[in-house]
Amino acid sequence: MRDSIETIRRISGVNPLKCMKCGKCTATCPAYDEMEYHPHQFVDMVVNDRLEELMSSKGIYLCLSCFACIERCPRGVKPGALVETVRLSVIRQQDQNHLKPQDIPALLEEALPQQAVTSALRKYRR
Amino acid sequence: MTYSYFPGCTLKTRAKDLDRWGREAMEALGITLEELPEWQCCGAVYPIARDEIALRLSSVRALAAARDLGRPLVTLCSACHHVIKRVNGDMQHDETICDRANNYLKLDNPYHGEAQVLHYLEVLRDSVGFDKLKEKVVKPLTGRKIGAYYGCLLLRPSSELAFDDPENPTIIEDFLRAIGAEPVIYAQRNECCGGYVTLENRDFAKKRVAAVLDNAAALGAEALVTACPLCMYNLRENGGTMPIYYFTELLAEALGIKEAEA
Amino acid sequence: MQRIGVFVCWCGSNIAATVDVEAVAEALSHEAGVVFSTNYQYMCSQAGQELIQDTIREQKLTGVVICSCSPRMHENTFRKTCERAGINPYMVEIANIREQCSWIHKDKAVGTEKAIILGRAAIAKVLLNAPLTAGTSPVVKRALVIGGGIAGIQTALDIADAGFPVDIVEKEPTIGGKMTQIDKTFPTLDCAACILTPKMVDAAQNENIKIYAYSQVEAVKGFVGNFTVTIRRKARYVDETKCTGCGLCTEKCPQKKVPNAFNLGLDTRRAIYIPFAQAVPKIATIDADYCTMLKTGKCGVCSKVCTAGAIDYKQQDTLVEEQYGAIVVATGYNPIKLDQFDEFAYSQSPDVVTSLELERLMNAAGPTGGTLLRPSDKTHPHTLVFVQCVGSRCDGGEKGKPYCSKICCMYTAKHAMLIREKYPDTEVYVFYIDVRTPGKNFDEFYRRAVEEYGVHYIKGMVGKVTPQNGKLYVQAADLLGGQQLKIEADMVVLAAAIEPDKSARPLATMLTASMDTNDFFTEAHPKLRPVESPTAGIFLSGACQGPKDIPETVAQAGAAASKVIGLLVKDHLTCNPCVAESNELMCNGCSACEKVCPYGAISYIDKDFRGPGRTTLKRRVAQVNPAVCQGCGACTVACPSGAMDLKGFSNAQIMAEVDAICK
Repeated sequence: MRDSIETIRRISGVNPLKCMKCGKCTATCPAYDEMEYHPHQFVDMVVNDRLEELMSSKGIYLCLSCFACIERCPRGVKPGALVETVRLSVIRQQDQNHLKPQDIPALLEEALPQQAVTSALRKYRR
Repeated sequence: MTYSYFPGCTLKTRAKDLDRWGREAMEALGITLEELPEWQCCGAVYPIARDEIALRLSSVRALAAARDLGRPLVTLCSACHHVIKRVNGDMQHDETICDRANNYLKLDNPYHGEAQVLHYLEVLRDSVGFDKLKEKVVKPLTGRKIGAYYGCLLLRPSSELAFDDPENPTIIEDFLRAIGAEPVIYAQRNECCGGYVTLENRDFAKKRVAAVLDNAAALGAEALVTACPLCMYNLRENGGTMPIYYFTELLAEALGIKEAEA
Repeated sequence: MQRIGVFVCWCGSNIAATVDVEAVAEALSHEAGVVFSTNYQYMCSQAGQELIQDTIREQKLTGVVICSCSPRMHENTFRKTCERAGINPYMVEIANIREQCSWIHKDKAVGTEKAIILGRAAIAKVLLNAPLTAGTSPVVKRALVIGGGIAGIQTALDIADAGFPVDIVEKEPTIGGKMTQIDKTFPTLDCAACILTPKMVDAAQNENIKIYAYSQVEAVKGFVGNFTVTIRRKARYVDETKCTGCGLCTEKCPQKKVPNAFNLGLDTRRAIYIPFAQAVPKIATIDADYCTMLKTGKCGVCSKVCTAGAIDYKQQDTLVEEQYGAIVVATGYNPIKLDQFDEFAYSQSPDVVTSLELERLMNAAGPTGGTLLRPSDKTHPHTLVFVQCVGSRCDGGEKGKPYCSKICCMYTAKHAMLIREKYPDTEVYVFYIDVRTPGKNFDEFYRRAVEEYGVHYIKGMVGKVTPQNGKLYVQAADLLGGQQLKIEADMVVLAAAIEPDKSARPLATMLTASMDTNDFFTEAHPKLRPVESPTAGIFLSGACQGPKDIPETVAQAGAAASKVIGLLVKDHLTCNPCVAESNELMCNGCSACEKVCPYGAISYIDKDFRGPGRTTLKRRVAQVNPAVCQGCGACTVACPSGAMDLKGFSNAQIMAEVDAICK
């Protein structure tokens, strides 16, 4: 698990030890009500080696990637980058794609922009 | 004056209005947007993981092509701008990413972030000038109270996008003033509309859209403008009666290129 | 030929337990030039000093090496010892065999070996020492205080009470500073004006104090004991000698729409104004940016109504030059601008205010007469949200400050308490990261806000403020409660970080006083010399040195005054003789030394030198002012031609030490 944490830190470029636990990220998060772990907890759980809990959390697919927590963090911690990286480490595992190509047709509708599908595939599938 | 132009996939299909009126308006303002030959989809999402190299390559190709043509690269779609601008930053500042991307691409002339990436609005502001734009307006949108919807991708993270003040942006408001409209400033204009989750969790997306639209309406906005096809879709499909336009549509209208909608 | 004596100290067991002092004394006795070498239990004791003095006389020593503790500890002691026995005090060298040997080594053999090496280096150096005599320079018995807030006023009063004349230069039309804008002070809740305005009057009436209000320092020359300062007295367009401060002009002026800076723009004033009723000096000032007469030449109402004939539209800035022995910096602080933090909607809603603005909104002399009303619609607010640390404790680049602003926790507790006391129908929320209340009766004060006044303290930050339908929708984290709160507030109060006044940076350049990266003045020693700048003769008072509350500021102001008094009582200053010296024959006039000198001690002159035959050559050469030089040695390193040398630490001496160590 230690190695995974190091990987998360390395590929996200985040130093979670810079966090001063002010809660600005969690105050800012527009997806707060949808996620079981909140941005400040992501940071804390990465520091305290609780990666498995984060990886099995549904909330990693509900982060809006709006970068508001990254922008407003007074310490430059980038909680949103940690969320992305945890999600990535899940979908990089075998058969862990959150979105499968065969699911796509059912989601399509007339006005849906390509951007929505492309981004979903990029975000949720290896 | 000619700039290289990266339209992006969505602008070729669902967001044709953003693209068409954008090009025609620029032409009317004396600037030609010349589409990059053989551009590929930017991927729509910036890869945060620093070990994802392949996902950056289409942006690097576009950037290298623009550099070789010796012109700044103009983007219009918020997502394309976000991805290409940030990848360009990586190529300038992150040696590992830069080396690995160049190793993959084997370009005749390796790329190190030499191209300049500009959003269409930045061209309007800095090359055309809002004062000049105002002079070219033939059908000012006088009396129309319009809110700018910035969303996330154009503004954040400001340290990389360097587009405008991320908490109190003014570029679209200044644009709206230049075309004769009255900008409505509302706090939720830089809060996320929830576009990414609309595929899977429409109820959540609707909540976010309502927060944006209610705030804009309460402050007196009669319509919103955006530069992002996904925001456009989400605000329209998951919103109410508030009309949403691409900003290029209103620009074309003000320049007398496009008929106003009834 | 020098005759050197070596004295090895045991420092009880401090040295002797880890260094074989006898072996050290024995080894050093064989060094060239050494005629005597011994060891003793406590060299700094009376008996130890007598041993040194007796030996100097008996052995006719010319130089002394003491192997003991750090020179910071006892160099002065031993210099005096030797001076009493008749040798020049600068013929003493200390080898530090305690901090650098016994305290850091465990192995006695290693400690001993190193002590011998350090002793050898000291001997090599002392062989090249020359007697030095400290010069003196006279002291001008007058002090300058820059900044007329509570820090500057207190420093000036204390210096004046000791009998020395002191001038205050204040850039605003009145002295008093930030404290004049504050309503009540923590933790006693006494009225700020009630305790400040008597001090302002004292300053004005004290015959030793001269106040240059609406003035600023333009140039500083000279050095400790002898500064020459140019002061710009900005044109008020009002003759100070005639104006009686009646205020009639400030009522009749037709230009009514000037943002009132004293009330932080929350209301308006006229183009001619007196900042507030208790201003000192109470003299009207014309705001040239708004005065119709000054801008267009038409109006002249104030001149017509002034019975004293004090209005003078033709008045110009004047320059005054004064001599001072000491300068005190008391330039204070300002809240930072909040334009980079608009997630709090400060620019979008007038009901989002800074804490200093709230002071004015609660002050009886403020724009609302002391009744707390929302700026937008002048109604009574029922729900107030306070946000702490806005722009403090940031580490994200250009945004905000990395430090804790120190005063916000206490003034926010004060605001919350005062509001709950006066308006019990309000709900008050305070969002905090940490509540920091070290200080006498401070934590008790904060606890009273929670326990007696029912202020809701919530650990977490506010993420977004959305003004809508006359309300401020506050989205915030409640970290301990595990929820994201959405509060419908009527007002939001932001505890903006504080930063040094913008005038501090150019002033520091003029004074050659050092600053940290945040533009706070640096003290000579963070613990032991907290009110002195490293530049001699420059003293620090109040928030220009770091964030401070009023009690701390007053304490520091008094400390700075006592240091100034300690300087001004002297008729002459003894200079440090270990200063740089330029060898004019080797100087190539390149200015490298002048550029690196942090004290402005080096200047260049064109000097006549004898040339071949009977010609004279003019050459540009460096000159060191020994009264300003602090002996840091930067110039000796920078000099490409080896012309600069530091007396007592010459290049030859340093090289001799290095050679001795490497031998």
